[in-house]
Amino acid sequence: MSTRISRHELAARIARDIPEGAYVNLGIGAPTLVSNYLSPDAEIILHTENGMLGMGPEPLIDDVDPDLVNAGKLPVTELPGAAYFHQADSFGMMRGGHLDVCVLGAFQVSAAGDLANWSTGAPGAIPAVGGAMDLAIGAKQVFVMTDLFTRDGAPKLVTNCSYPLTGARCVTRVYTDHAIFDITERGFAIRELFGDNTADQLGDRLGLPLTTAVDAGVSN
Amino acid sequence: MINKSWPDVHGAVADIADGATVMIGGFGRAGQPVELIEALLEQGADGLTVISNNAGNGDSGLAALIGAKRVRKIICSFPRQSDSWVFDGLYRAKEIELELVPQGNLAERMRAAGAGIGAFFSPTGVGTELAEGKEVRSIGGRDYVLEYPLYADVALISALRADRWGNLVYRKTARNFGPIMAAAATTTIAQVDEVVPLGSLDPENVVTPGIFVDRVVAVGERAWLRAGEFVGESSDTELERL
Repeated sequence: MSTRISRHELAARIARDIPEGAYVNLGIGAPTLVSNYLSPDAEIILHTENGMLGMGPEPLIDDVDPDLVNAGKLPVTELPGAAYFHQADSFGMMRGGHLDVCVLGAFQVSAAGDLANWSTGAPGAIPAVGGAMDLAIGAKQVFVMTDLFTRDGAPKLVTNCSYPLTGARCVTRVYTDHAIFDITERGFAIRELFGDNTADQLGDRLGLPLTTAVDAGVSN
Repeated sequence: MINKSWPDVHGAVADIADGATVMIGGFGRAGQPVELIEALLEQGADGLTVISNNAGNGDSGLAALIGAKRVRKIICSFPRQSDSWVFDGLYRAKEIELELVPQGNLAERMRAAGAGIGAFFSPTGVGTELAEGKEVRSIGGRDYVLEYPLYADVALISALRADRWGNLVYRKTARNFGPIMAAAATTTIAQVDEVVPLGSLDPENVVTPGIFVDRVVAVGERAWLRAGEFVGESSDTELERL
């Protein structure tokens, strides 16, 4: 059994790659954990697509304000320097390439950087897309945070996505519980391996050709 | 004298016709014009097309309007939520039509309607099933989908304060769709916590100028804001499951 790091460890690892002063959107679900590991001194400004920059952490129960929520409709707070704006401006920030980084969850990521994270296409499921498609194509760097395998053991990194796409050729890098992968012209390239994972073993389990990122600190 | 201030929500929504297209502001419950929606429910207009980000939360507000089967079709980005059981049931029973639009395209289509833009090319949705059947054009080496404006007969929105000219200021993330819906609809009706005397809103802070607003109604401080009951989404459950 190969090493897996926890979601919290992975969130901390992603936080290390977000530069000081960056404008960042953290998707609903596991990516919101990344905010716990951002240094307040780094002045990383969080964007929430329902209309705010400078989003702060969850409030104490007595300070909950239903007019102040994040994209998951959970209560949040405002930090000094925060700004509010309407939906067209908020999504203009994404499409216009003003956000430096967004971190999203995934069902699947393809070797070309296609992302599937909004629908499994299951019959009877109620579709909901929200801002996922705008985020996927808008930010300068699109990081995916996900387990490498589903609970049933199926790889989430694939040659072609079988689930409906959120965006085509949009993912920059995939942070998983086993390793970090860059999306390159030649497909998935290992940037960092966690614990005792090896490129050969992961390549076998994924059934994919893996290269090593040119500037990565991987030795195998 | 211009006086857009109406004494109560019932009068303000009285002329909304059967079959009307109605934009309803709010992101979940933040900025949802609950009192106007309840008045519309009581007024009885039927066969409505509703344009809103979500498809109702819990059993009140938009969920109540949908539950009373007054809504023939909903155009929205995120109907499925932990507390959207009213919509979910009708959708599964095929008793409500859904047009799903990515949130940014939804917002920009409203902005285009209010700003007199005939159509626009958006990079959002290219190569996905939500762009199927739509014109795709390559501009400067990048693909874009052709999207058309979204107009409405009526917009129901919520703001913090208004004056009798219809100038509006909002509160925090409750602003969300208010400004763009106000511009996109033929008749815009805003519920506010209070209507203040002309001249008491700082012109530098007016977010929606009164030119976009037709009626304002003071509803007092929204009781449900302080009801001690707050429903939020804990996470994207489908993503968590996989």
